[in-house]
Amino acid sequence: MEDEDKLEKQQRERREFLSWLGGALACGAAVIAGDAGLQQAVAAGERTAAAQVPPKPAIPGYDWTKHRWAFGVDATKCIGCLRCVEACKKENTVPADAHHFRTWVERYVTLEGEETARIDSQADPVNIAAAGSESEYRFADRYRDAKVAKAFFVPKLCNHCTEPACVQVCPTGATYKTVDGVVLIDHTYCIGCRYCVQACPYGARFFNEEMNVSDKCTWCYHRITKGLLPACVEVCPVGARIFGDRNDAQSAISRFIHDNRVQVLRPETGNAPNVFYVGIDEDVS
Amino acid sequence: MEAQFLSSPFSGYVYPNETVISWTVLIAVYPYLTGLVAGSFTISSLYQVFGFRQLRPVAHFALLVSLCCMIIVPLPLLLHLGHPERAFNAMITPHMTSAFAIFSFAALFYVILLMVETWFVFRPYIVHQAQQTKGVLSWIYRGATLGSYDLSDNAMRYDSKWVFWLAIIGIPGAHGLHGYVGFVFGSLKAREWWSSDLMPAIFLFSAIISGTALVIVLYVLSCKLRRAPIDLACMKVMAYSLWGFMMFTLLLEGVEFASLVYRGRQGYDVIMQFVEGPLLVPFFILQFGVGSVLPLAVITFFIWRGANDRALVVGMTASAALVLLAVLMMRYNVVIGGQEISKTGKGLLAYYPPIFGREGLLAAGTLLILPLVLLSILVRFLPPWHEREQMT
Repeated sequence: MEDEDKLEKQQRERREFLSWLGGALACGAAVIAGDAGLQQAVAAGERTAAAQVPPKPAIPGYDWTKHRWAFGVDATKCIGCLRCVEACKKENTVPADAHHFRTWVERYVTLEGEETARIDSQADPVNIAAAGSESEYRFADRYRDAKVAKAFFVPKLCNHCTEPACVQVCPTGATYKTVDGVVLIDHTYCIGCRYCVQACPYGARFFNEEMNVSDKCTWCYHRITKGLLPACVEVCPVGARIFGDRNDAQSAISRFIHDNRVQVLRPETGNAPNVFYVGIDEDVS
Repeated sequence: MEAQFLSSPFSGYVYPNETVISWTVLIAVYPYLTGLVAGSFTISSLYQVFGFRQLRPVAHFALLVSLCCMIIVPLPLLLHLGHPERAFNAMITPHMTSAFAIFSFAALFYVILLMVETWFVFRPYIVHQAQQTKGVLSWIYRGATLGSYDLSDNAMRYDSKWVFWLAIIGIPGAHGLHGYVGFVFGSLKAREWWSSDLMPAIFLFSAIISGTALVIVLYVLSCKLRRAPIDLACMKVMAYSLWGFMMFTLLLEGVEFASLVYRGRQGYDVIMQFVEGPLLVPFFILQFGVGSVLPLAVITFFIWRGANDRALVVGMTASAALVLLAVLMMRYNVVIGGQEISKTGKGLLAYYPPIFGREGLLAAGTLLILPLVLLSILVRFLPPWHEREQMT
């Protein structure tokens, strides 16, 4: 009898424990599923809310709802002097080597009798040798004795896309799109998984080993929010880089887009870039 | 502070930032381990859910293999992160458009599921040990009972119902977890080598064959170490499973490669340069030839001959070991290979993994051995052996 009572008690406890365990598991699953749904709802809500009442950054005298920044590149003007690359490295303390660039310049040279362009950038070993070090930038005169049919330079940088693949894949939301159209990275929140580096079709992102986070061009957000131009635009001696506010119809960038037949890089990705090019051909991607 | 990075030599034109390969061998180890989890869980489920009675000798063992691999799965990711101490940011503020964001939740859910299923499967043994053993061991087992000592027929029926349903939930859980890993790569439009709708399916089937192969190798090894007889009927069913899933995997890989070549989109010529050059040994010889065609031929031979002896054991174990190598090479060729083809579609990089360092070959090798170390400890606490069950 006593044994039966004991057994009954054990079985009851066991049933209680199992029902608790089942409940806990079900709750766990529900929380996970619910959390996913909730997060999506919150994210959707945030997007809607952001369009209406955006949280303003703490920058004195700057209202990010009033601007829509964009960048232009006139490849017909670029002379490949690479002052932009140097200015960017200094302004943004980008690691001074040949593997980390927030902006770079590509050279496209088609020789007579050839159909495709030969491409290099300042990071090419031949150009580094000509510059003397990885922290100095120069294009070597490597086509001096060749018969060049066509040649041009193309400055490259982050496209601050309207539909950025890098923002889409960031697992924490450390990289985000600002209301004024700039893609930024919160270096204090980035976990350094490098998924965004993989996702960018333009190779604009890199991993900064000094900070152990992803890094890229910010259009010098610290400057443009104070009414200054990005460093690369500021130093360009020929006006090949154009920057401005598309909300202002008379800004340099609005006029550039209006007056020229512009194109963006890799439109097929659906990223909708905000760097507009003039004077490039199909070799450029 | 001096930055630590490894730059890769290149040919043709590559973007300057691409010269530092972002995802290293650790990211190849990660899908390999999740694949082993999914594969070994499949073997366990074939017994628990689908009633493949012949798999009984390995069913519980496969569950432990799955659990041990799963516990190690987050390590390669954590080791790779620039800021591992911020890893929980992905759980605190998951960015739901990211394929990575849900990983922590899915992994946590799956680890819990595996642990609960293991507990139910081994509960009779745990209760038995809690009552029989003395000292520290007794305390451990008594803790592991979670206060539940009931082994009546009614309770056992209840347990087996739980095991059945957990295994059923575990099938989409394990396979979903791994299919998602394939999605992480397949959904990246920036890389032609990865961007494929078939990637999740290829990852999944290669996962199943790698897990099955691991269970075969470890089962034979464990029998040898314990001087226990090898169950040939069980080996045969595993051989059939391996053969079937390998056919699927090869077919999918073949179709994917054929469509990549046939579509011949921009950058195709560079991909062909890569496939015919640097990929010749790791892909065609190791992954395809030695790791897939050869074991498939050997297993086909055994099935055709109806072998039922020592030759079956030796042939199957050797084939399974080769399959394990092939799937490891597949992960490497996808993860590293994808980054060796420049996003420009006009150049190639050559990655030489370092031996030492946080993301070196030694660290990767250690992570691959860790589940086995964990398993060798766990089987002493929870022996999954068939003979033991027959005795109790």
